Amino acid sequence: MSSVPLSHPGRTVEWHLPSKHRVGMTALIVGESAIFTIFVVAYVFYMGKSLSGPTPEQVLEVPILATICLLSSSLTILRAEKAIEDDRMRNFTAWLGATIALAAVFLTGTALEWKKLIYQDGLTVSTNLFGTTFYSLVGLHATHVVVGLFLLTSVFIFSLFGWVDSRQRERFGVIAMYWHFVDAVWIVVFTVVYLIGR
Amino acid sequence: MSVYSLPVSQIDPSTSASERGTFLERLHGWVVTVDHKRLGILYILYSTFFLLVAGAEALIIRVQLANPYNHVLSAQVYNRFFTMHGTTMVFLVGMPFLFGFANYIVPLQIGARDMAFPRLNAFSFWLTAFGGFLLYYSFLGGAGLYGVGNAPDVGWFAYAPLTERSFSPGHATDYWALALIVSGFGTLGTAINIIATIVSRRCKGMTLMRMPLFTWLLLVVSMLTLVTITPLTAAQFMLLIDRYLGGHFFDTQAGGSSLIWIHFFWIFGHPEVYVLVLPAFAIANEIIPVFCRKAIFGYPAMVAASICIMFVSVSVWAHHMFTVGMTSVSNAFFTLSTMLVGVPTGIKIFNWIATLWGGRIRFTTPMLFCIGFLFQFLLAGLTGIMLSVSPWDWQLHNSYFVIAHFHYVLVGAVVFCIFAGIYYWYPKATGRLMNETLGKWHFCLFTIGFHITFDTMHFLGLLGMPRSIYTYQPDRGWNFLNLVVSVGGLIQGIAVLIFAYNFIVCYWRGEVAGDDPWDAWTLEWTTSSPPPVYNFEEEPEVHSRRPLWDLKHPGDPDWEYES
Repeated sequence: MSSVPLSHPGRTVEWHLPSKHRVGMTALIVGESAIFTIFVVAYVFYMGKSLSGPTPEQVLEVPILATICLLSSSLTILRAEKAIEDDRMRNFTAWLGATIALAAVFLTGTALEWKKLIYQDGLTVSTNLFGTTFYSLVGLHATHVVVGLFLLTSVFIFSLFGWVDSRQRERFGVIAMYWHFVDAVWIVVFTVVYLIGR
Repeated sequence: MSVYSLPVSQIDPSTSASERGTFLERLHGWVVTVDHKRLGILYILYSTFFLLVAGAEALIIRVQLANPYNHVLSAQVYNRFFTMHGTTMVFLVGMPFLFGFANYIVPLQIGARDMAFPRLNAFSFWLTAFGGFLLYYSFLGGAGLYGVGNAPDVGWFAYAPLTERSFSPGHATDYWALALIVSGFGTLGTAINIIATIVSRRCKGMTLMRMPLFTWLLLVVSMLTLVTITPLTAAQFMLLIDRYLGGHFFDTQAGGSSLIWIHFFWIFGHPEVYVLVLPAFAIANEIIPVFCRKAIFGYPAMVAASICIMFVSVSVWAHHMFTVGMTSVSNAFFTLSTMLVGVPTGIKIFNWIATLWGGRIRFTTPMLFCIGFLFQFLLAGLTGIMLSVSPWDWQLHNSYFVIAHFHYVLVGAVVFCIFAGIYYWYPKATGRLMNETLGKWHFCLFTIGFHITFDTMHFLGLLGMPRSIYTYQPDRGWNFLNLVVSVGGLIQGIAVLIFAYNFIVCYWRGEVAGDDPWDAWTLEWTTSSPPPVYNFEEEPEVHSRRPLWDLKHPGDPDWEYES
């Protein structure tokens, strides 16, 4: 059917295009950033505008351990990326496991924090504006951590069965991009909620 | 113009009934398809259906407003109708139409086999479709257990705090938010897909500055969509948190702000206008040069202007909010940034006129619609400049002048270009041309009806008629003009019915088109009509912006002139 020879002999060109997976993930990250921006703006806009307590100063504690864990998970996943590129699969599984463990510590930290806020301080989504904006913003980020954790754990299980090798490095690289994004967002959320807003 | 035949299709596209399978098999094939061409057609059919639905809603609104103290619709039902009309036209007609075109045309124009992520493409379409039907299910399901409300009645902008539980009980507003969140994710998926396709799936030799302008503008639109649709999704999540979890984002009783909803909505809402109108430009960019027999004038300027519009459009949203009482600095900023949009759009209009200038123009139906578009878009831009001046806007905000202005953009520019695009690419998708005589009737009636309706609306606005009122007193001096507006709407309705008849009947009875009925220059016209599943037998390689021109004129190829 479509047999038009659209090539002109003698005029060959070098032709390299970016990976579609990386481009797609970059686009997704841009879109997600806009969602986070709106939630961050709402948080900043409503800072100190609650009509009743409790206020952030009274109840929030800076989650230093959780933050250290989440940020260092960016480093461990970087090592995992290096390992899969060099086809050192045992190494890869180990670093991936470390990443998952660090993320799990972070999520546990959030869970304990929320438990304290709800049962001890009586702060829920409907208590006041602080509660509404705090749980939405931190919850939105935690949701992204859960999604990332699901992706990482899937790869981890596959690699335990030996189904992952360096042929999958690009796909894993895309998951790593997402994970770095989740970490970077935490820096913003941490700064706004625990440093500026407290 | 030289008569030229392309050595394209040797296979007869008509297959026997036994090869096509039973009706159920074919239906199954359409439901599970991941082929970008079939999904593109599904998008177009889906949005054509909703165009007729929302058009009918508009006509019923106009019947209600034709005379003072009319009783066709009650006040409550009227509110539901204008909410559904607006929401449907923007989310279920405008965007799916444009993404349908993008789906069908972009991979063909860049010489690709399919979109970058075919399954994501199918998923996005079905999400969008589900969102649309969920929204319309509210007519049945919105009443919920309480027996109040049914379809959403909060306006397509859904201003807070009217959307809070205490003011909008029942589920109508939830249907509005959930349906748009779902279709919003579909839109996001499609935008990601188009970007990845254009960046990573171009055929050999198609550098960025050799891409057809349609593809260029769709890339710009998709990038804009990424940061446009997501703020609305975020704000709608906040609304649902308010409504279901007892949050206070927009709850003015607990210190929440209704103003921030207006900001969030228009941070989405204004760039959305450009998301709708840039693909219209894209269609005009393809059609005008082909029917003038000239290359587009100022290709790099067109690209630069589009990118410029993308950046400027995200900094103008508060010109929808001059009357909420902002500081004079904000008023000045948003007035000036809005006027700034006039510069790149002006560049585009001059480029189109320069393309027309000295061309050998063929007045076929697609070209007629594009010329109508040029004229109307200019006028729409001029009233836009008027409204960007904040004192003028204080006077005319929420009047029919504003309604007339944005319908000039959305109908006069976007819908005209959508019609142009359908007439232009219909032969590619079906293998048959649409009827020219009926097409010209459609164009004439639609243009006349359009001007009767929307030109008159400007005057109603200047006479002080506000938007969103379900009736008015007979002593206001609006009676005759309202009747005129309604009659114009009826003429447009008849024109669209002619179009629908033409669209359906020509699928079987239309003149057989051949592969390249318009003697065009971009890659989609090198394959057969309709294209085979795999698009191109061998991967094309291009050396200029008009690969088919090079092929048809080997002695005078474009690449010798392009830097």
